[in-house]
Amino acid sequence: MLLEAPFTEEKIRALKVGDRVEITGLIFTGRDAVHKYLHDGGKPPVELEDSIIYHCGPVVVKENGKWVVKAAGPTTSIREEPYQGPLMEQYRIRGVIGKGGMGPKTLEYCRKVGAVYFHAIGGAAQVLAERVVDVPGVHLAEKFGSPEAIWEFQVERFPVVVTMDSHGNSLHAQIQAESQERLGGLL
Amino acid sequence: MDARLLQQNLLELIRRTSAELPADVIGAIDKGWRKEAKDSNGKYAMGVIRDNIRLAREKSQPLCQDTGTIICYADLPDWCDEWTFVKAYEKAVVQATKVGYLRQNSVDSLTGKNSGTNLGPGSPSFHLHRTRGKSLTARMMLKGGGCENTSCQYSLPDTRLGAGRDLEGVRRCLLDAVHQAQGKGCGPGILGVCIGGDRGTGYVAAKETLFRKLDDRNDDPELARLEARVLKEGNSLGIGPMGFGGSTTLLGVKVTHRNRLPASFFVSIAYMCWAFRRNGIVLSEGGKITRWLY
Repeated sequence: MLLEAPFTEEKIRALKVGDRVEITGLIFTGRDAVHKYLHDGGKPPVELEDSIIYHCGPVVVKENGKWVVKAAGPTTSIREEPYQGPLMEQYRIRGVIGKGGMGPKTLEYCRKVGAVYFHAIGGAAQVLAERVVDVPGVHLAEKFGSPEAIWEFQVERFPVVVTMDSHGNSLHAQIQAESQERLGGLL
Repeated sequence: MDARLLQQNLLELIRRTSAELPADVIGAIDKGWRKEAKDSNGKYAMGVIRDNIRLAREKSQPLCQDTGTIICYADLPDWCDEWTFVKAYEKAVVQATKVGYLRQNSVDSLTGKNSGTNLGPGSPSFHLHRTRGKSLTARMMLKGGGCENTSCQYSLPDTRLGAGRDLEGVRRCLLDAVHQAQGKGCGPGILGVCIGGDRGTGYVAAKETLFRKLDDRNDDPELARLEARVLKEGNSLGIGPMGFGGSTTLLGVKVTHRNRLPASFFVSIAYMCWAFRRNGIVLSEGGKITRWLY
């Protein structure tokens, strides 16, 4: 199904675990340095209300005066577990895209705030870079370096799977529990 | 020796390693894709992975944006000294970073500053050896942070797992590691395993054993059996591609061993993601590439 900007609470609440979604609109990259910075009270250089944050440290190069995304797959999200939920609440962030899933704290904030976790295919840097059609801007690149900067990505039909929804469901928790049981049978 | 030609060939090694997966890895991924249930999210993930492999090759761009730790193994013959090799390699790395085959991926651990060139203490990670042979062999592996963070080390015995100091204990560690990893290491993954050694040599050997081809067979029949069993049992956990659920959780298991102290028994596991980037070249004395290793 298609999810187009603006990313309102209503649209996000309609999503359920297992949904395959294609996102169109402006999203922002942000990973370890950005999350710590915002959590420590740093001022966001972009408007975060009803936004989607992409856990991604892309390879971006300048060609003929224009930013071109060379590779842009997701990075592991669980590292942002301490920060993600409170930031979702403070800035009304409606979704994060990443890989590997997040924990119970983020899941609880997803429910409270009306936000979801989108799982992109880890390592699929080229498929995902192709869906970034424009890079209107970059922030904090001097401070944090290119992979850790906030990149503005205009994406078109960016493919993800909802693995944590705003109703308390997590595919990660489910698979973890099922595989735990199977593991018990093998040990 | 022509240092410029050496540098040029090393740049091509980096480009190809970053943009193209070796045939054995693609074969294992295709097999996994066929196994996943129709219309499942696992099948979907494997499909995107296959598209990505094709696109990266076509565009000659990094398969994954995390171009990883640059791990270099080389056997140097008498016509190439270490200094010359390292300088040529470093220049190739800087060039590869500039043109985007590699991401700016090396950060000062004290200041947090990115060197922007991929050079710095321990980067690239060199493992150089002398050879009496005539040709130079350079192997490389790019190992991203997602899977590296998932790597782990056990010290046996382990009460929680009921794992003693034997191959049954090792099996329990490996299955636990697969379970702990879930989809976080960008599975389907490959386990490089070292039984024994100290903590340092164990991890190094675990990574080194990932240079084995996925479809080869361990020379040690007991370890070959262990590899096959863990591959089968790991896949039966149902974690699946990306942890979405499914039957392809592992693409391979490779086990090696090192002697240990009587007091220690480590099991070191290097978890590798599906974007298993490794390649190698053999160079003749003139500096020409005579063979690709994968």
